[in-house]
This record gives sequence, C-alpha cells and structure tokens, in this order.
Amino acid sequence: MTNLEKYNKAFETGLELTEEMINSELEYQKIESWDSVGHMSLIAELEEAFGIMMDTDDIIDFSSYTKGMEILKKYGVEL
Amino acid sequence: MAKIEDILEIPAYSMNKEEKSRWLTERLKQLSLKHRESCEEYSKILKALNINTEEAESYYDLPFLPVRLFKELDLKSTDKENIFKTMTSSGTTGQKVSKIYLDRITASNQQKALSKIVSEFTGKSRMPMLIIDSPAVIKNRAMFSARGAGILGFSIFGTDKQYALNENMEPDFDKVQEFLEKHKGKKILVFGFTFMIWQYFYKELKKKSSSIDLSNGIMIHGGGWKKVANEAVSPEEFRDSIHSVCGLSHIHDYYGMVEQTGCIYMQCEYGHLHASNFSDVIIRNTKDFSVCGVNEKGVIQAVSAIPESYPGHSLITEDEGVLLGEDDCPCGRYGKYFKVLGRVKDAEIRGCSDTYEKH
Repeated sequence: MTNLEKYNKAFETGLELTEEMINSELEYQKIESWDSVGHMSLIAELEEAFGIMMDTDDIIDFSSYTKGMEILKKYGVEL
Repeated sequence: MAKIEDILEIPAYSMNKEEKSRWLTERLKQLSLKHRESCEEYSKILKALNINTEEAESYYDLPFLPVRLFKELDLKSTDKENIFKTMTSSGTTGQKVSKIYLDRITASNQQKALSKIVSEFTGKSRMPMLIIDSPAVIKNRAMFSARGAGILGFSIFGTDKQYALNENMEPDFDKVQEFLEKHKGKKILVFGFTFMIWQYFYKELKKKSSSIDLSNGIMIHGGGWKKVANEAVSPEEFRDSIHSVCGLSHIHDYYGMVEQTGCIYMQCEYGHLHASNFSDVIIRNTKDFSVCGVNEKGVIQAVSAIPESYPGHSLITEDEGVLLGEDDCPCGRYGKYFKVLGRVKDAEIRGCSDTYEKH
C-alpha cells in the first residue's frame, strides 16, 4: 500500500466512510462522522498506519484532509 | 479586539493580575455584546436589570446568570443550523438538566483551552490512557452528558485507550491488567469522575485479592465531591485510599462545569485549584454578592472567555469556595488559586442574579 492509500484507508476506517466518500474537501465537523469521537479514532488509525505519535497541538490542528497531509510531513510521512 | 487566538499561543498560566484583568474585561464585554445581540433571553435579562455592559469598567461589573437558568431555558446565541453538539449536565441536583448548545468555534476553543491547561500538568507527550468509566457514556454522539464530554475532551492526551468498566459499570480487571502489562514502564494517564472512581473502581479493587499496579499513573479526576462526600470521604482520604489499593500517588482533582467546558480549574502540586488565562473565579458574599477577600467564604462566580454560542460567559454557581491568593502560589503559576467547599446548602439562586435565598 502506498502512503496515500494508507492515509485514505485511515479516513475510511476512522470516520466510517466508504472509499467514494474520501476527497480532499473533507473537513473536521463538516460531516457527521468527523466529530470529536470520529476525530480521535481517525488519529488512532493514522498513528497505527504510519507508526507515529502525534503531539496534542497537531491533533487539534488536524482540521481537514489537506491540513492533515501537511501535518504528517512533520512526522516524516510523505503523501 | 481581544481574541482567543492570542491566548492560545501563550502558556495557560502566564498572565499576571493586571494583564489578565485587561484581557478578560475586553473579551467578556465583547461576549456580553454578542450575546445581547443574538440571544433574546439574554438581552431581556440585561434590560430587566437595566445594565449596559458597555459601561462596565471591569469584568467584575458584568452581570452573572445563575447556572440553574440553563436548566430552565434554552439559551443559545446562534442559529439552529450552526449548532452541532448539545451537552447536558449529569443532572445530580434534580430531574432537570442543563442544555448547552455548541457551535464549531466554541467546541473547538473548548478543546484547545483544555489541551493548553492540562498539558501544563502532564507535559506535552501523550500517554496510554485508562478511563475509569464505561464506553456506554459516549454512545450518543450528538448528545453528550458532562461525563461523555469530559472523557472525550481528555482523550486527546491518550494514545492507546482502555475503559476500565464495562457497559454495566462493572470493572474488568483482566482487561486493565492486560493493558498495564502492554504498557509496562510507561507513564499511564488515569482519567475518571471522582464518584465513579470511588464507587466502581476503588471499592471493587479493594475487595479483590490480587492488586493492580498503577504507581506509574497520573490520575486526573473531576465532577465534584458531592456524592463522595455523602459517604463521608474527604479528599485526603480519597487520595490515601487510591494510593493504598494501586500505588497511585500522582493525583490531580479538577473543578469545572458543563456550562463552561474546557476551561477547567486544575489542582496543582500544592493542592490548590488554579484559574488559567481562559477563565476566572470571583468569590462573592452570599448575602449581598459583594466581592469576598482572601480566605473569606462565598459563592463562586465563574467567568469564561470561551462561550460564543450560548450566554455562559459569566455564571454564578451553586458552589461555595474560598479564594486563597492570586499570582503567588508556590507552584509558580499565575492567576487566582482557590478551594471549593461544596454546594451552597439548599441552593436556590433564582431569577436573574439579583435574588438569592437560603432556606
């Protein structure tokens, strides 16, 4: 699996979305399943997929699909 | 403009009395104006009290709503379509529960404030987290109880998470043990509500023959002492008892309310509750609401810079407390530090903060 595939998969599992629902427009609190509960499961999925541990500040800043890509760069994950 | 963003960039206990007073006065006046414009009930209250918040020289002069009002009325300062979460109090004082309506900005600032405050005590790094509660508490995602909101808010500090109780509020010690073995040698965050920890964890653990080792744990607990105090358990006894069954000695209580989620008052290493940059307490005389001095008992008014979607920025609680000092706690944190004494006896604070009766 490429990193992008892993990234998308984490969104699917973490936010209970189907593959077709994944797009770069996704934003925190804009869809029902990306609420504070979904957010923590998304973070857990990402951390497991990439073997990283994010800082609390980054978890809070992780406000969209695209913003997330930028944040993961800090942890050496290129998408 | 006094913006929350400015405060989010500095440490949570960094403002001295003068700086904080300037910031809170400006911010809380702005919020008063906003709520007057967008919450009809709030605007009526100000009118009835004949108060022009614009003229307030300090946030001490702004009116305070009784927390009980959130049980009686649906108070919101935003349109229905902007509300994406409703929080409720756990309803310990009666059948009626408070309903707090959150929009995106308010919810997000609550989480940010909480994160800034708690990381001053736990450090920036996240830890495996043992939640002394049942996963059933967060089942309904759109409607949270105070307990659910607390668990979720604190989840940001956890990496791997384990609930210690099952859906029937029974402890699953095997799972807890497995979790602790998996994270052996690591610092563990133990989070829960005071009464739940006491009733469903401590008491059950005490009955058990084999022990659980949480000496690496840091426990954060809140939700008040009312129910635990009914069993005649003092905070000291609570700490000693917890330590005796699992070796946990690093314990922080916190004071907070669902009406002002996020800006909690954490207990420092010296046992004092602290107000951060995001909020403040004003202890007032229960007879005439004048401001109490240090060591003088009174009812707690709580102000918060966060609420934008409901007029909860200045509230008079039903709790009694004592101010211990300001900017000079030996722990080094700026801001007021205080002690909560418990509920005002037979509290009934009525109407719009102008009447107070003690039976």
